[in-house]
Amino acid sequence: MQLHWLELTEASELLRKKEITPTDLLSALLKRIEETDRKVRAYVTVTEEYAYRRIEEIEQSDSSGILWGLPIAVKDNICTKGIKTTCSSKILEGFIPPYESTATERMLREGYVLVGKTNLDEFAMGSSTENSGFFVTSNPWNLDRVPGGSSGGSAAAVASGMALAAIGSDTGGSIRQPAAFCGVVGLKPTYGRVSRFGLVAFASSLDQIGPITRSVRDAALLMNVISGHDPHDSTSAAVEVPDFTETIKRSIKGLKIGVPREYFVEGLNPEVEGAVREAIKVLQGLGAEAVDISLPHTSYAVATYYILATSEASSNLARYDGVKYGFRAKGSSLIDMYMETRAQGFGQEVKRRIMLGTYALSAGYYEAYYRKAQQVRTLIKMDFERAFEDVDIIVTPTTPTPAFSIGEKISDPLQMYLNDIFTISVNLAGVPAISVPCGFSSEGLPIGLQIIGRHFDEETVLRAAYNYEQQTEWHKRRPPL
Amino acid sequence: MKYEAVIGLEIHAQLLTDTKIFCGCSTSFGREPNTQTCPVCIGMPGVLPVLNRKAVEFAIMAGLAMNCKIAPYSRFARKNYFYPDLPKGYQISQYELPICQQGYLDIEVDGVRRRVGITRIHMEEDAGKNIHEKDSSLVDLNRAGVPLLEIVTEPDIRTPREAAVFMRKLRTILRYLGICDGNMEQGSLRCDANVSVRPEGSEGFGTKTEIKNINSFRFVEKALEYEINRQIKLISQGESVVQETRLWDSSAGKTYSMRSKEEAHDYRYFPEPDLVPLEIPREWVDEIKGRLPELPDEKKTRFIKEYSLPEYDAEVLTEERTVAEWFEEAVRLGGNPKKVSNWMMTELLRLLNEHEKEITDIPLTPSHLVKILDLIEKGTISGTIGKKVFSEVFLTGKDPEVVVKEKGLLQITDTSELEKMVDEVLKNNSKEVERYKKGETKLLGFFVGQVMKASRGKANPKIVNELLKQKLSES
Repeated sequence: MQLHWLELTEASELLRKKEITPTDLLSALLKRIEETDRKVRAYVTVTEEYAYRRIEEIEQSDSSGILWGLPIAVKDNICTKGIKTTCSSKILEGFIPPYESTATERMLREGYVLVGKTNLDEFAMGSSTENSGFFVTSNPWNLDRVPGGSSGGSAAAVASGMALAAIGSDTGGSIRQPAAFCGVVGLKPTYGRVSRFGLVAFASSLDQIGPITRSVRDAALLMNVISGHDPHDSTSAAVEVPDFTETIKRSIKGLKIGVPREYFVEGLNPEVEGAVREAIKVLQGLGAEAVDISLPHTSYAVATYYILATSEASSNLARYDGVKYGFRAKGSSLIDMYMETRAQGFGQEVKRRIMLGTYALSAGYYEAYYRKAQQVRTLIKMDFERAFEDVDIIVTPTTPTPAFSIGEKISDPLQMYLNDIFTISVNLAGVPAISVPCGFSSEGLPIGLQIIGRHFDEETVLRAAYNYEQQTEWHKRRPPL
Repeated sequence: MKYEAVIGLEIHAQLLTDTKIFCGCSTSFGREPNTQTCPVCIGMPGVLPVLNRKAVEFAIMAGLAMNCKIAPYSRFARKNYFYPDLPKGYQISQYELPICQQGYLDIEVDGVRRRVGITRIHMEEDAGKNIHEKDSSLVDLNRAGVPLLEIVTEPDIRTPREAAVFMRKLRTILRYLGICDGNMEQGSLRCDANVSVRPEGSEGFGTKTEIKNINSFRFVEKALEYEINRQIKLISQGESVVQETRLWDSSAGKTYSMRSKEEAHDYRYFPEPDLVPLEIPREWVDEIKGRLPELPDEKKTRFIKEYSLPEYDAEVLTEERTVAEWFEEAVRLGGNPKKVSNWMMTELLRLLNEHEKEITDIPLTPSHLVKILDLIEKGTISGTIGKKVFSEVFLTGKDPEVVVKEKGLLQITDTSELEKMVDEVLKNNSKEVERYKKGETKLLGFFVGQVMKASRGKANPKIVNELLKQKLSES
């Protein structure tokens, strides 16, 4: 038995039966990381020493926690108390948070073991993890391809057996797109479902923490732990959290699936389209009914997103000024120190977005850009509301193509941005969506199916995904590393 | 040509909440630098603000007291700028939808009433403090995140005096509500003024300047006077006023240019995505309204009516809620309102001033004053002795009767003893006696004074008076 390929649910079962110990699991993973991460480069920090100490700690305590003894990776823009949190940015050099994010705090309470912090596009800005301030992560299925981004490290770690599961963040597709590229499951919950406390903000009105796992069941398990209202996050909602691991088992007979015509257009890779159409047939075979729908404002989503997300980012990243923590450059005056710190500390893409956002919020442009984008955001949200009057879920490809090559789009930001064309609307509307493996390209690259649900209806999203997964074997394939 | 000034004020009031506006840190003043801080108020990565309910309640109280509409739906916004004392690189404030709007306050200057419109009141967080040393600057973030109200008036004020009266009135109201201590010197109440001048009688506005750093009530008037004169002088010389921000320098008694309109910041306001819109149910406003204290204007009117006090007395006594309450307690205990008022306005306020004390932290109580008034009324002590007793009780809190006994201050009413003193005085001042007899009767007061002096204030002045008149007409 290869312990590093276990699902959370399977590993938990073995731990419960005492067939394995948390140390067995951790050692297996650390060994796998040692062999594999040289090639994949998913981790910014492997917390080996901490993890062994943590196991000693949890072995002293109650072993009934849902995640007891399970080694899980965390994207490095989620604060972990006493463990450096870099956002893959030079500007956070030496930053060790004195607080724990609410999501990981809840996981700690359930006994999880942090195995490491994973690489990302700097401050979660990117779709390939090429914007990391440290190094590029590779796709485990083909080391010359990108793992997607920004949670590329998390998805690659899960896909290559270097973590049983991971936590990521999704602002415009940053969980779902890398999950699709790496052939794993990734869920972006409803905005407000999971506390953002401790998630280093990129775009506050869009960011959401979610699970990246090897199965839908595991995603449901993690959602049970991290969901729910948090008094430290005013935007987290006091909405009841069902036991997702139970509700997924129900049938999807009679479920109405919307297939938006705006998502099946020119530019969509035929193999991706084929796989998604095939998946829809599988769902129909389970008793679901598929109908054509329209989300008419889809084509404005990317533009809207890049105004709102960059506007918020320009403000959220203002705190990195070299005064209080992280990197500080020498300067001849205060202003000079600010400028040098930010010029040297931030990478190209982060600077590009800060400038875009600063521009969009400036006097004289605010009305034309920021306010207009907010209005369009409302229209996009209404598109979904209208669609969900008739259907229970919406099914689309997660990405227009399988994983692209490292270096292919890095010099063309617009092409890079367009890669998120199918995931961005979901963040703007605030609804939940999952990506599950639904096939492979002729080149052997994974393809993702996106299932979108109503606000706070992760239950149906997960149920549809689970029912689908039960009918297919895609999620069981492992990359030839 | 005669000019008139057009003045609008922007006031910042620090709220007296126990904790900061977006985190649980203490707001206590004067602690070691950077000890009243947490990851939220020092703007660490990934932390989020959570609104302090008490701060909202205080803002609603201020709004109601200033006759504002309380918005059922308001929003926070980010005001973006770089400064070392601003840890997040933005200040959480309110912009498009403030919590209170369209209010007013009435002020009275030299018998003329003026209604000053309140454009808006909004909530925001305070910044920290930069401390500049010889070769470096230090940042203290204890104050970062302390809740502030920004109160913006309409340009309805016409003279520096009105501005000062408005500020005092505002301070009184904030203190009545118990939401701000109103200390301008310590910066818990700050005032910026927008001022322009125009030919008297005209309707348009001249070019305005904004004056910052006015840090005392006295300087409100001084800074405005200086700035208005400066502007009038410029215009009369055919020059024009430049729109700019100017800094008041109290030691020089002048305003200086700080930055021009062109250098003004673009704050790039946008709705704060980390906080949900603030929805205030009508019931909450009504509940707060129901427990607002009686405000200075109402109290003053009532004092005039209920206690037949002159307007001036009522004004002085109601300036501080604690003073007004002290007064009413003394009256409730049986003190004659006008007498209590006289004693408070002269003796009590003088002593408070002298000792730099608040009425709430002295041992003297309303019941002490009533007792002293009683002792005077009964003739046990004279008014002069009464003042001595009052000063003693002010410091010690001893029972007035005990003080009288201990110090032997009982009034001398024994006629024979007084007669001796009177005779002595008349004997020693024969010249004055001669003059009196020649018709200089106003010297009676002089003789009374001498007898009082001889008795060290203990003689009953009424009896002394009679005795003197009698003796002087006899011989």
